[in-house]
Amino acid sequence: MNFETILFYLFAAITVVAALRVVTASNPLHAVLFLVLAFVSSAGIWMLLEAEFLAITLVLVYVGAVMVLFLFVVMMLDINLVQVREGFWHWLPFGAVLAGLVVFEMVWVLGSSSTAAGKAVIKHAADYSNTKELGRLIYTDYVYPFEIAAVILLVAMVAAIALTSRRRKDSKSQVVSEQVAVRKADRVRLVKMPAENHAQEKLDSSAEVAR
Amino acid sequence: MIALSDFLILGAVIFCLGVAGILFKRKNIINVLMAIELMLLAVNTNFLAFSHYRGDPAGQIFVFFILVVAAAEAAIGLAIVVLLFRNRRTIDVADWSDLKG
Repeated sequence: MNFETILFYLFAAITVVAALRVVTASNPLHAVLFLVLAFVSSAGIWMLLEAEFLAITLVLVYVGAVMVLFLFVVMMLDINLVQVREGFWHWLPFGAVLAGLVVFEMVWVLGSSSTAAGKAVIKHAADYSNTKELGRLIYTDYVYPFEIAAVILLVAMVAAIALTSRRRKDSKSQVVSEQVAVRKADRVRLVKMPAENHAQEKLDSSAEVAR
Repeated sequence: MIALSDFLILGAVIFCLGVAGILFKRKNIINVLMAIELMLLAVNTNFLAFSHYRGDPAGQIFVFFILVVAAAEAAIGLAIVVLLFRNRRTIDVADWSDLKG
């Protein structure tokens, strides 16, 4: 058993235990933190699979942004914990049997097949850059999917903001349609009044002062 | 020597925990979203395991796109949760059954 195998079993054990706690933790806040632990130890497993760029992306982007978003939402909503616990024991036998059956099947099939034989993997040289290889692929063969991914992120951002932004009651804003549709009659009022003789009045008042 | 099946079994275990989590935590929509994240993590691990053992980096590109879509899904899902909680004061999935056909 070499060092890599020990690391694999260590990270795998931490991931499985953390995932189990995500499912069973009564407090949603603890569940989010255990999910962070599961992601970080999975990043270790991805490192063993020589996917260095994605492992670091998982920690930086996923744990750093998406999980923090989860934490914010859990903290913002005041959740009644007692009410949340209801139904856990009702669904436990069904879920446990379902999950156990699928795991049993997978172990049964995978453990006996040729994938368990431990085929020799081509190890990359020490100066091999995973990031460079991924970048080359993304910007050549997968450039259109990459553009679509960018658009998906933009649409998700717009949707999230549009869904949650609340309009203030006292906010003032332009109504462009009314501004365009306005006519002269709506704004200008012509008043008809008799003309006055200002020059004669001034003359009278100066004569008053002189006297 | 770690075999391919070890990674696949790990992925299967995490995926099943995610499936079980959806069933266990139906009272709390945030836990359901977290269980979905776990399932996506398991799928990504499987992709990377196959990519590594076949020597084909295309699997890593797929994981990249899955991460993008999962981030978008989490953002919109949480926005919908916040919106529904603001209007209904509950996060129980069973209370949001207005759209049932």
